Amino acid sequence: MAEIIIYGTVNSVIFALIALGFTLVYGVSRVPNFAHGSIYVLAGFLTWTFVNDLKLNYLISIVLSLIIASVLGLIIYRFVLIRLRGIPTSEIIASFAVGLIILEGLRMQGIAGFKGFIGPFYMLNPFIEGKIKIAGIFIDYQRLIIIGAGILLVGILWLFTHYTKTGLSMRAIAQDEQAAMMLGINSDRMATIVLSIGSALSGLAAVIILPLGNITAEAGYKVLIYALAVCIIGGLGSWAGAILASFVIGFAMKISTALFGAMWESVVLVGTIIVILLFRPSGLLGRQKELEERV
Amino acid sequence: MERKRSKRKERLDRSIKVRTEGLYALSSWQEMLYLIFPRAFLISILLILPLILPLYWKRVLCASGIYALLALGFDFLSEYVGLVCLGGAFFIGCGGYISGLLNHYLHWHPFLCIPIGTIGGAIISTLIFIPSLRLRGIYFAIISFMFPLFAVYIIIALSIFGGTEGISALDIMPNEWFEQYIILGGALVSLFALRRLVNEDIGLILRGIKDNDQAVRASGINITEYKIKAVLIASTIGCFGGACITHLYGWLGISLFAMDFSILPIAATVMGGMGTLVGPVIGAFILTPLSEILRGFGQLRVVIYCLILIAFIVYKPEGLMNYLQRKYHQFERWEEV
Amino acid sequence: MENNKIILEVKGVSKSFGGVKAVEDVSLYLKRGEVLGIIGPNGSGKTTLVNLITGFLRPDSGKINFKGIDITGKSPHKIANMGLTRTFQIMRPYHSLSAYKNLIIPLNAPRVRESRSGKFGDTDAVAIDILEELGFERDARVPYKSAGTLPLGYLKRLELGRCLALKPELIICDEIFSGLSMSEITTLIPLLERLQIQGLTLIMIEHRLRELFRLADRVCVLNFGKLIAEGDPQRVIEDPKVKEAYWGKEREKKRWGY
Repeated sequence: MAEIIIYGTVNSVIFALIALGFTLVYGVSRVPNFAHGSIYVLAGFLTWTFVNDLKLNYLISIVLSLIIASVLGLIIYRFVLIRLRGIPTSEIIASFAVGLIILEGLRMQGIAGFKGFIGPFYMLNPFIEGKIKIAGIFIDYQRLIIIGAGILLVGILWLFTHYTKTGLSMRAIAQDEQAAMMLGINSDRMATIVLSIGSALSGLAAVIILPLGNITAEAGYKVLIYALAVCIIGGLGSWAGAILASFVIGFAMKISTALFGAMWESVVLVGTIIVILLFRPSGLLGRQKELEERV
Repeated sequence: MERKRSKRKERLDRSIKVRTEGLYALSSWQEMLYLIFPRAFLISILLILPLILPLYWKRVLCASGIYALLALGFDFLSEYVGLVCLGGAFFIGCGGYISGLLNHYLHWHPFLCIPIGTIGGAIISTLIFIPSLRLRGIYFAIISFMFPLFAVYIIIALSIFGGTEGISALDIMPNEWFEQYIILGGALVSLFALRRLVNEDIGLILRGIKDNDQAVRASGINITEYKIKAVLIASTIGCFGGACITHLYGWLGISLFAMDFSILPIAATVMGGMGTLVGPVIGAFILTPLSEILRGFGQLRVVIYCLILIAFIVYKPEGLMNYLQRKYHQFERWEEV
Repeated sequence: MENNKIILEVKGVSKSFGGVKAVEDVSLYLKRGEVLGIIGPNGSGKTTLVNLITGFLRPDSGKINFKGIDITGKSPHKIANMGLTRTFQIMRPYHSLSAYKNLIIPLNAPRVRESRSGKFGDTDAVAIDILEELGFERDARVPYKSAGTLPLGYLKRLELGRCLALKPELIICDEIFSGLSMSEITTLIPLLERLQIQGLTLIMIEHRLRELFRLADRVCVLNFGKLIAEGDPQRVIEDPKVKEAYWGKEREKKRWGY
C-alpha cells in the first residue's frame, strides 16, 4: 500500500513535470508545441554529450542544455510558428515537423561521424546515488529529488505568475487575449517568452527524470503523448488541471499495474482519455468551455 | 508634382478559361481539350506507368498509390472539414490488421478480406474518433496523433494480434497487375469521388463547418453527425490502403502503425497543394519515389520530408498544384498604377 | 385564438461567467406574430441572452419554453429545427462559397428536408428564389458571387436568408441594422414588415432605436444583465430607469451642465 502511494506520487510528479511546459505554452499562446517531446530528448542528449564527450561539470552541462533548449524554443517560434499564428492546422503540422526533424535527426547513424542515438548506452547519472528507506520501502534519492523538484517548480511558477510583471502578463493573455492586448501586452513577445520557458521546462523535466533510465529517441513520442494526455484530461491550458490530471493518471496507472500487471498501463491511459472526452470534454478543470460551445 | 509610377502585378483569367465556363465548354474541340487535358493526362500516366516500369519500381508505384490514398484523406479532412488528422497510420493499421486477421484466422480469400477490412476498419476507427469530434479541431489532431502510438503500445503490451513480430504468410494478391491496378484505380476513384462530393450538398455542409461551425449549428445542422460522416469517408479510403498493403506483402505487424504513414501524406499534401485534392496525389507520387531513392540515408529521409514540409508551409503554403493551376488558368502581367 | 398564443417564454434565466453576472434573473414572454425589441447599453447582456435562448450557452438557472416545449439547455441545432433561428452580430459568411450556396446548408437541415420530402436536387433553385425575395438581383448574377465579396447590406440579408431557409416561426435578429447605411436600412425595413405580416415572430436586438420603434410592438430594456423596463416603446423611453441606463443619473447631467 505504501508502495503504491510513494511510487504513485513519483509517477504523478513525473507526468506533471512533463506536461507543465506544454500546458503553459498552450494556455498563454494557444500554440500547441508538438516539438515538446523532441526538446525533452534533445536536452537529455545534450547534457549527456557535455558530460561525456566534452567532460564538463554535470551542473554546468545541465544549465547549458537548458539554455540551449530555451533558445531553441525561441527560434522555433520566431522563424517558423510566428508566420502561422492563428492557423491551428499549420501550427500543429509545423511544430510537429520540427519535432520530428530533431528526433529523427538524433536517430540517424553514420553521418559525418555522428553515430546516432541508438542503443542502451546513453545514461545520465543520478544526482545522488543510493537509496533510502521510507515506511519500509526502498526508494532512490533520485525519485525523491523528482518529487522535491516538482514541488519547487510548481511553487516557483506560482510565484512567477502571480508576482512578476511577465508572469502576470502571461496569466492575462491566458485569460483573455484581446483584453490583454488592449492593455499593451505584446502577444507575440509573450508567446516567444513562454515558448522558451516551456522548452526550458521540458529540458528541466528531462534532466531530472532521465537519470532513472536511459535516453532513447522513442521517449520523445512517449513524452509528447503523456503531455497531451495530461492536458486533455486536465483541461488544455489549465495549469491546476494539469497537476490534478497528472495525479489522476499517475495513480491510476500505478494502481492498475498493482492489480492487473504492467501490461495494462496504456489501456488504462487510453480508457481514461476516452472517458473524459465523453463525459467532461473540456477536461477536469478546463476553463475553455469555448472549445465546446463557442460564441 | 510627378506621381511616382509603380507597377503592380495583375492576374487575369485566360480567355480560354472564361470561354469554357458552364455550357460553353462544349462549343469547340479546343475548349473541351483545355478542360479534359489535365485530367486525361493524370489518368493516362497513372494507368500506363505499371506497364512500363521494372518490377522494383512497380512496388514503389503501389506504395505511392497507398500514400496517395492517405494524402487524399488528409487533405479532405483538413481543408474541407477542418479536422487535422495527424495519424493516418491508424487507418492503415486498422484496415490492415482486420484484413490480415480475417485472412489468417478464418482463411478467407483476399478478395473478401480487403472489402471487409476496409469497411470494418473504417467503422472501428471512426468509433474511436467520435469522442473527439464534439470538440474543436485541435482535439481531433491530438487524438489522431496519439492513437497509432497507443495501438502499438497496446499490441506489444498485451501481446495480441501477433505482438511485436506480427503475422506473416498471409495470402498475397493473385496477380501483380491486379495489385497495381486496384491500388491506382482506388486512388483515382477516390480522387474523383471526393472532388464530386465536395460540391454536393454534403460537401458544402462540411466546408461550412470548417468556415464557421456556429452558423452551421444555428442553421439546424448537427455538426457532429456530419463530422462523423466525413471521418467515415476518409477512414474508408485509408483502411482500403491498409488492407491492400497487408496483402501486398503478405505480412502484418506493428509497422503498419508506423509514423511514416502519418507524416508522408501530410508532407505530400502540403507540397502538392492543400485543398486541391489532386495536389496531394501528385505530391505522394513525387515523395514516395524520392524516399525510395533516399533509403540509403536511413532516418535522414524523415528529416528531409519535414524540412520540405516546413519550407512549403512557411514560404509557399499554396503548394505545387495551386501554383500550377494558377499558371494554367490565369496569366499575369505588370500593370502601371 | 391561435394567434395570441405565447410562443416564447423566458423565466428567471441567469448566467454568470466567473464572477461576472452577464444575465441576471431575466423573464420575458413573446406572443406569436409580435415584434419584440430588446435594447440596452453595450455590455448589458443582450447577446448573452440570445445565446441562452438559442442554445449556444446553458443557463445557470431558469427555464425557457418555446411553443410550450422546454428548450432550456438544448443544443442549437435542435432548437433551430424547432423553428427558432437567429442571426449573428459578427457576420462571417462562408466566404469560400457563393452566396446562394450559403443557403444550401440550412436547406439540408432535417426541418426543411422533412417538408420537402421526395423532391431532391432542387435546393439550388430554392436557394436562389429565397435570395431573390430578399432583393438579390438575379439578373445581375448577384447570388452567384462569392459571399466574401458582397457588401454589408447584402450580407445582412444573406444572414436573414439563412434563417428564412429553415422556414422558421421565430427569428432573433442580433443588431441587424448595425453598420448599414440609411438606404440599405430603408430596403430592409419593408422586408421585415412583410415577414411580420406573413406571420413570423421577431425579436430584434438593436441600438438604432428610431428604426426599431417603427417595427416593434413592445420593447424590453436590459442593463447590467437585469431587465429594467418593459412595455410600449414610447412609454419605455420615458421611463427614468431607462434614461439613467443610457444617459447616467440626473445628478451627473446637472454636473455637466445639461
